[in-house]
Amino acid sequence: MKKWKIISPLVAIGLWWLLAGLGLLGKGTPTPLAVVKGFGHLVMTGLPPGYHLQGHLAASLVRVFTGFGIALVVGVPLGILMGYSSALETAVDPLVEVVRPVPPLAWLPLAVIWFGIGLASSAFIIALGAFFPIVLNTVSGVKSVDPRLVEAAQTLGARDRTILARVLVPGAMPSIITGVRIGMGIAWMSLIAAELLGVRNGYGLGYMIMTARDLARNDLLVAGIVVIGFVAFLVDWFIRLLEKRLLRWR
Amino acid sequence: MKTGQGGPVLSMHDLSKTFIEKKSGEDLEVLRGVDVEIQAGSLTCVVGPSGCGKTTLLRLIGGLESPTSGELRFEGRPVTGPGPERGMVFQEYALFPWRTVCKNVSFGLELEGMTREEARRKADDYLETVGLSGHDDLYPRELSGGMKQRVAIARTLAVEPKILLMDEPFASLDAQTRNVMQEFLVGLWRRTGTTIVFVTHSVDEAVYLGQDVIGLSRRPAKVVKRFENTLPYPRNRTDMGFIELRAKILDYLTGEMEVES
Repeated sequence: MKKWKIISPLVAIGLWWLLAGLGLLGKGTPTPLAVVKGFGHLVMTGLPPGYHLQGHLAASLVRVFTGFGIALVVGVPLGILMGYSSALETAVDPLVEVVRPVPPLAWLPLAVIWFGIGLASSAFIIALGAFFPIVLNTVSGVKSVDPRLVEAAQTLGARDRTILARVLVPGAMPSIITGVRIGMGIAWMSLIAAELLGVRNGYGLGYMIMTARDLARNDLLVAGIVVIGFVAFLVDWFIRLLEKRLLRWR
Repeated sequence: MKTGQGGPVLSMHDLSKTFIEKKSGEDLEVLRGVDVEIQAGSLTCVVGPSGCGKTTLLRLIGGLESPTSGELRFEGRPVTGPGPERGMVFQEYALFPWRTVCKNVSFGLELEGMTREEARRKADDYLETVGLSGHDDLYPRELSGGMKQRVAIARTLAVEPKILLMDEPFASLDAQTRNVMQEFLVGLWRRTGTTIVFVTHSVDEAVYLGQDVIGLSRRPAKVVKRFENTLPYPRNRTDMGFIELRAKILDYLTGEMEVES
């Protein structure tokens, strides 16, 4: 069954090649071959020349992981407390629901005012994107823990803080990890917005894609998209590996 | 064998419990003026029509619910909340699915401040008591229902409760496993002399296990009828005395249900 996984990407590439080769996708749509060559150009020459793909990737990884790390460090504890205390949830939930649907891009001007142009503002944009799925999944994870387990712990002598740490957190872990996976996906989705302005050193995958757009180099642009997709896929694969280890009990 | 010679360890006087239904806001009176005494070292079964408040009674003793009025004392002190001296065994086991068998049993021991090594050794002892040696590193999902309930019992016994509260613990098991577990429980009780209050909807189970069988009336439960059961252990379901007592209790419960309809 495992080899079936490769079918859908292969079909998509085949179809793309066929349609682009026949000129059916509109002028300027690169073929897969052009994208592969573009990838080579990004690695060897760089875009702009001298700014190699490796540097763009490294800069973006730093931004994504900084933003995601902030979302994780704030989101999981807040979600646990919100799931635990219905008073806190009632108080915070309206704010969360109002801010949540705002696209990260809309925050850009404010982020620049607050944090200037640099890592802080781009990490802020990414953290905003990743934050909500992490919080909401953590809240629902804590609330979905069987109340019988809490009662069992109480009759075994556990008090509030022990119940939080030894019953609610491990019980919520599957849901927390789901939130982490979704949050990481949104972190990558927010990358272009985060690098639209928040780049000072000239490095970043999103920044590189915008440069390719300005130069009408669609081959390089699509190569950049493929790189983001592939790296995000690798990161998700790693989280799933971690999930398997952490949730062996399932 | 210690069999209920120790005086009352648990006493309820005029105990009442009324729930407020969340949706309708209406009162649901479950227990009204219940008087019960439980002797130290006894094995008492509580039976009654379904929805009569048996489980509520047990949860009150466990401190998981608080009474609306009346008095509930354990060892002379009012019950104000849950505590390890009143161990609870639930129908659906309530094992921590992310902990191994051994880690489930050692949960309460770790809270007592025991080192991991000590806790593990003691957990092993209790797993042996319930006949589950060598299953330490399995997760609950890998166990059968009967094994899960044995782990749950070991987990509760490990913190050395003064009373064991069991809420229909064998109701989800198949008939054969249930018989094995009943036999096991009688053996355990006779070995350890722990006070046990056992809630069940099965009169057969109550007569097989209990020194005393307490019948609750339909909701709100107030009339409490106590049937003494002096049949010697281990009991035989085909004994005349067994059959007669079972019929007598069934008669009482049937009467209770007829009043309702």
